[in-house]
Amino acid sequence: MDGIESTLEELYTQYPETVKKNRKKHLIVKSVAEESCPQIEANTRTIPGIISQRGCAYAGCKGVVVGPIKDMLTITHGPVGCGYYSWGARRNKARADATTPKDKIYGQMCFTTDMQEPDIVFGGEKKLAKMIDEVVAAFHPRAINICATCPIGLIGDDLNAVAKAAQERHGIQVLAYNCEGYKGVSQSAGHHIANNNIMQNIVGTGTGKKPGRHVINILGEYNIGGDGWEQERILNDCGYTVNCVLTGDSSYLDIKNLHLADLNLVMCHRSINYIAEMMNTKYGIPWLKINFIGVEATNQSLRQMAKCFNDPELEKRTEEVIARETARIEPVLEQYRKICRGRKAFAFVGGSRSHHYQHLLKDLGMEVVVAGYEFAHRDDYEGRQVIPTIKSDADSKNIPELHLKPDEKLYKENHEYLNMTKEQFEALKKEVPLDYYEGMYPDMKTGDIMIDDCNHYELEELVNKLKPDIVFTGVRDKYIAEKMGVPAKQMHSYDYAGPYAGYDGAINFARDVAHALSTPAWKLIVPPWERKEEPEEKSQDGVTNA
Amino acid sequence: MLDCVPEGHVQHTVGKINPAKTCQPIGAMYAALGIHACLPHSHGSQGCCAYHRMHLTRHFREQVLASSSSFTEGASVFGGASNLKTSIKNIFKIYNPDVIAIHTTCLSETIGDDVSTIIKQSEIPEGKVVIHTNTPSYVGSHITGFSNMCKSMVSYLAQADGETKKEQVNVIPGFTNPGDMREIRRIVSALGIKLIMFPDTSGVLDAPLTNKYQMYPDGGATVAEIRDSGNSELTIALGSFASNAAADLLQEKCGVTGIPLKLPIGLKATDDFIMALKDWFGVEIPRDLAVERGQVIDTLIDTHFHYQGKSVAIFGDPDHVIAMTEFAITMGLVPKYVLTGTPGKEFEATIQKMLDDAGITGSKIKAEGDLFELHEWIREEKVDLLIGTSYGKYIARKEDIPLVRFGFPILDRAIHPLMPVVGYRGCLRLIEQISDALLERRDRDALDEDFELIL
Repeated sequence: MDGIESTLEELYTQYPETVKKNRKKHLIVKSVAEESCPQIEANTRTIPGIISQRGCAYAGCKGVVVGPIKDMLTITHGPVGCGYYSWGARRNKARADATTPKDKIYGQMCFTTDMQEPDIVFGGEKKLAKMIDEVVAAFHPRAINICATCPIGLIGDDLNAVAKAAQERHGIQVLAYNCEGYKGVSQSAGHHIANNNIMQNIVGTGTGKKPGRHVINILGEYNIGGDGWEQERILNDCGYTVNCVLTGDSSYLDIKNLHLADLNLVMCHRSINYIAEMMNTKYGIPWLKINFIGVEATNQSLRQMAKCFNDPELEKRTEEVIARETARIEPVLEQYRKICRGRKAFAFVGGSRSHHYQHLLKDLGMEVVVAGYEFAHRDDYEGRQVIPTIKSDADSKNIPELHLKPDEKLYKENHEYLNMTKEQFEALKKEVPLDYYEGMYPDMKTGDIMIDDCNHYELEELVNKLKPDIVFTGVRDKYIAEKMGVPAKQMHSYDYAGPYAGYDGAINFARDVAHALSTPAWKLIVPPWERKEEPEEKSQDGVTNA
Repeated sequence: MLDCVPEGHVQHTVGKINPAKTCQPIGAMYAALGIHACLPHSHGSQGCCAYHRMHLTRHFREQVLASSSSFTEGASVFGGASNLKTSIKNIFKIYNPDVIAIHTTCLSETIGDDVSTIIKQSEIPEGKVVIHTNTPSYVGSHITGFSNMCKSMVSYLAQADGETKKEQVNVIPGFTNPGDMREIRRIVSALGIKLIMFPDTSGVLDAPLTNKYQMYPDGGATVAEIRDSGNSELTIALGSFASNAAADLLQEKCGVTGIPLKLPIGLKATDDFIMALKDWFGVEIPRDLAVERGQVIDTLIDTHFHYQGKSVAIFGDPDHVIAMTEFAITMGLVPKYVLTGTPGKEFEATIQKMLDDAGITGSKIKAEGDLFELHEWIREEKVDLLIGTSYGKYIARKEDIPLVRFGFPILDRAIHPLMPVVGYRGCLRLIEQISDALLERRDRDALDEDFELIL
């Protein structure tokens, strides 16, 4: 403990006093003495000049939440860059299905108004309106998203007015997202803006309930590398009907019917908890925080879900699926454990993943000693009980908070969705943490470090001081870690592999991590003419090229 | 694949669908990485910096470090001066670069931050340098941003110490890969001429993995070198879109003669580059270079039947596309569609003249185009080969046309940034890639009875 604290003190010495004061609040060492999580500062401004991993509200809105909706044509209103960089960059896989034919999928295309200087001076509304007219004539999309970039708010283009007029002209929904990059302090602002718009304008407008005994949504699953498809496979096997995966491989038509489900599962708490909460308020649909990253985590999530429905047949099938899948993958995982076991990892990624992956790493016998998020809020670290105590500031106040009321026609009580009595539901809530997320802290070990908005300097220092065996991070930090001699895996894009969710995902992940740790080149860094003694001729145990 | 793309002609007069360019700041960031121990700084909201670093990192598979002024709504309303001053202070204290190279974004340009005044008001430690360039994202493209940062290197740093010029050449290498810059250095060194190259990302974005981490790797043009460029006899600007502006300013500011050339991609452009150096400095051509040239001619003759007469669509950045089109003509390929996303009528005129000189008619040429339009041309009349960036892979798959990856960015294949396409060795690499792509296709499509061992 003292060792860790003094390591951090040493790290702070390089900082100017104001930076030191600020950053100290973002780093927490888990202490055995404290049962509840000490307050961590999160979702506050990055200090100018600090090399952060953070992106912007546009990235959170268009890049994360809105972009993956496969049958909505998304136009980025702004100069060319924002649309260009968010084109094909997030690996949100999508495919045709019963309601969405191939020719209604736009994910491989990029639409941007490519604003030029005169548009900045005289306004870009006309250009945007014309582009909408042209894409409607050419592509006949079911609905359109318009995402704002930094200059839009400054020059005063009225996106909502353009969208409304276009909607009237074309008879399809046209949604405007005021997700200018400077809003909020990170991607997180954009998630919230996207959640609000989807909730206000799309959810609840459909009437097509999917048949099935237990109909569920998976919220905050973006189908990166096909994660959502692996989850659907498992859930279908257990006997669920997946109504919609929001927004990975989702369609506009599915989202219209989002409210026609019995239970919302929340995967990425940070990016989608708003919709989960709002649906609970408006329709009475309960939500359950699940985690399908990790074998034990998947099993636990499935068991908790099964309990929610008070259905012995469902519980039986769930156990069968767990037994079958676990038996299938266990021998494969054991091979990789020989390489992975005992290895120390850092995880800096996203607003939920650094927690999710701790479970999968534990399955492989690895431990995370430093974990952090780029754009999380306090509740993602400390648990949702802190939400009422989070003070809003100038940056969070500019993201509207919707205050919804129960829907007059569609609202039902939580327990009615789950087909049980109120008493049964109350009892269930004691067993299964419905409408709650405990955050990352309880899963960290004493002496571990939790770090918010980790920057380049801190990464470099912590790698030097704590010498992890592997770093799980984003593409911007991956090659930094590797140049420091530490294997790194991209946890946004999985180094273009996956899925990493569910049971198949556990095997993929274990193989990829084992390969990252054991690729032979790591032992050849020192050239023969600089080697002081003969290198050990010890080969790695277990799998080398499976 | 691209099933949503409608058949026939589509009315598409505003905006871009599948753009073939991106915005200025990333070009400025890339150029700044070619200064030794420089930290590029993005004056805007942090999403820009995050996107640019991500995109460059994916192309180079190397660390790309850069900082941001991290604008919030307040800064966007009241101006970013205080964010920039804080940034400069923090960067020197925490990251200790020799140089901070600031570029603006559409945000800071729209609000009208006066960066040079802010720099003057900032605390800059002794011996350290802060430069800046204006890169409004709504003008030009990433190539314009690269050009602007090169120009700022000259305006801030280059100086002439006297009338007498040193026997040394400045080369502005354009938005090329570190492997290309390394090859340019090898060629100029082989000619025995002292070289100042800026920017120079070799040794920065192709740095080796050793057992020692360097936040600022060994490569990059030093401030002293860029300063001394004002004392050189000659500047060669490779690629008019990326490099001419800096060379022109160097001529104006320090009286260094500038020669604008194409990027030395292809036989003729490499000849032009070497001849310009030979003519100015009166050097002999070393035997090794002559051998390399002879090998290219030998290969062109040996393999012409793999590709001669095939039609090709070439797209990407203007300087790359201009040089590649010339080489395609040298190879006997027929450039049918030639497109860049960067605006500039001179692009169209340059390509048109090349085609006219070669007697090639009926081709389509466009500056400030997009890949949706290129696809429409290809749907109207197919080509045998696509040459361009990774973004061409959608069209390639949809229309079943082989794609030779060339230019920036290449996101789906590794090692490109290390392997030069400039110079005579670059010619061999391009011939190999083009020939291989067409032969792979021939093998794939051949009936069993037509499938041959020797081609």
